[in-house]
Amino acid sequence: MVGGRRLSLDWIGAVPFLAYVGVFLFLPTLIIAVGAFFGESGFTLSNFANLSRSYIVTATVNSIILSAVTAVAGAVLGALLTYAIATGNPKGVVRRIAVSASGVLAQFGGVTLAFAFIATIGPAGFVYLWASQHHLDFYSGGIWLYDLRGLELVYLYFQIPLMVLVFLPAVDGIRPQWREATESLGGGTWHYWRYVAGPLLAPAFLGATLLLFANALSAYATAAALINQGGPILPLQISNAITSEVGLHEPGFAKAQAVVLIAIVAIVTALYGLLQRRTARWLQ
Amino acid sequence: MIRGRKAKLQVFRIVAFVLFGGFFVMPIYAMFEFSTRGNGADAPRTLANWQAIGTYPDMVAGIVNSLELAAITSIAILVVLVPTMVWVRLRLPRLRRAIELISLLPLTIPAIVLVVGFWPMYQWLGNNVSDSILTLSFAYAILVLPYAYRALDAGLAAIDVKTLSEAARSLGAGWPTVIWRVIVPNISSALLNAALLSVALVLGEYTIANNLLYPNLQVSLVSLGRTNAGVSIAVAVASLLFAFALLIAISFVGRPRRMRSEVA
Repeated sequence: MVGGRRLSLDWIGAVPFLAYVGVFLFLPTLIIAVGAFFGESGFTLSNFANLSRSYIVTATVNSIILSAVTAVAGAVLGALLTYAIATGNPKGVVRRIAVSASGVLAQFGGVTLAFAFIATIGPAGFVYLWASQHHLDFYSGGIWLYDLRGLELVYLYFQIPLMVLVFLPAVDGIRPQWREATESLGGGTWHYWRYVAGPLLAPAFLGATLLLFANALSAYATAAALINQGGPILPLQISNAITSEVGLHEPGFAKAQAVVLIAIVAIVTALYGLLQRRTARWLQ
Repeated sequence: MIRGRKAKLQVFRIVAFVLFGGFFVMPIYAMFEFSTRGNGADAPRTLANWQAIGTYPDMVAGIVNSLELAAITSIAILVVLVPTMVWVRLRLPRLRRAIELISLLPLTIPAIVLVVGFWPMYQWLGNNVSDSILTLSFAYAILVLPYAYRALDAGLAAIDVKTLSEAARSLGAGWPTVIWRVIVPNISSALLNAALLSVALVLGEYTIANNLLYPNLQVSLVSLGRTNAGVSIAVAVASLLFAFALLIAISFVGRPRRMRSEVA
């Protein structure tokens, strides 16, 4: 029975950690998953039925459009920047600065980022003041910075660096020999990108785009700091439903919205995982 | 033909770095510019906004709250995580994969979702235990868990935990001595790395504090921004500089280990 006793003692070592994550990670998750199905009078599906309210549908659609636009634009622009980085000296200063800057900027979303853009292109920002002095009033149709279009621009500030971080390892995996092989077989630049590098990088590119999508969908702080009124996107609606700054305090409804958000993020993340595995076959 | 391609590539790279560099540098420059503006159109540069930070008691309280939260969170996560990770490596290898999965899980759960689950818990905590803002440390430790785990995992992977602890145990050391006097000194740079990352994350946290209605640094920053944009942007620049200093510190902490592994 010595073995049995030792086993039980060994388990005690993991108890503090498991107890902590149990209470502060799994319990909140459980509260959401279960609470979404309960109202004041027991079990109900009304929280999910309420998702059909027009402003929630609009917010969900807006969130998906915002995430898709910033994911695709971020992926394309980020891929260009990645290519510029990858074609340089692998031990050069430029690359080291670009990579560590990307690491910092990919985490830069939040209040400070919103403030930075307000100071840049806000109505008192120096770029706007300069442009309007030169008869280029880009707010002639209204101040779009505090709107969805503003969010699209601001989100790119952390989406592009995230793309660089995720996509660079794949681009680094491309070997110059493959290009030489294409050329020795008589292929030109077009053939190389269309039949060799393109298909190899496609899964990595798609996977990274999905990651960017999930990243934009989960973002709350930047939008909350930039947009003062209403809730044009789902994370802001969730916040409205719990803090009751606008309208009623509806905890069950907030949980149903949270379930929707986490479901989309989970699906997208799972697809990302699949594509990552496919990428790893050729490019490490 | 190859030379032509090389030249074209060089032009592309320069154009790309200038354009992207401009996009990323401009907003940060703009914050410096905005926070040092004087009153009036042609007023000289002034640090008045910076000097005024101290005259906003709510802002100062928010800064102090966040610094305390950062200190508590980074120490707490190390106290929980280091013994667990060492123990799991030595005695519970079957649990290692599960601990890793759990630790990385918060990366996939958006903070705005987590806070929905935290809401009733913090209501209960506030009514029955304490409504101090410092209770946010419990939630923040979950947020920093994946980053701390990765930093510590890299540190522990670089040393031979098993041999070191067996050597110490055979000399009569108890488990606290093994962890405190044998493992910890060997992974000091990983510990510092994890702690600094935690501090940077906590100082930038807005989602959870705002939705649980606790005034931390970022929440105070937003409410100050509604009354005095200049001062709030000065605080934002200051916190940004502090975060940069931390991250530069991290890259210096990381360097000696990398050099050693290059030699090996």
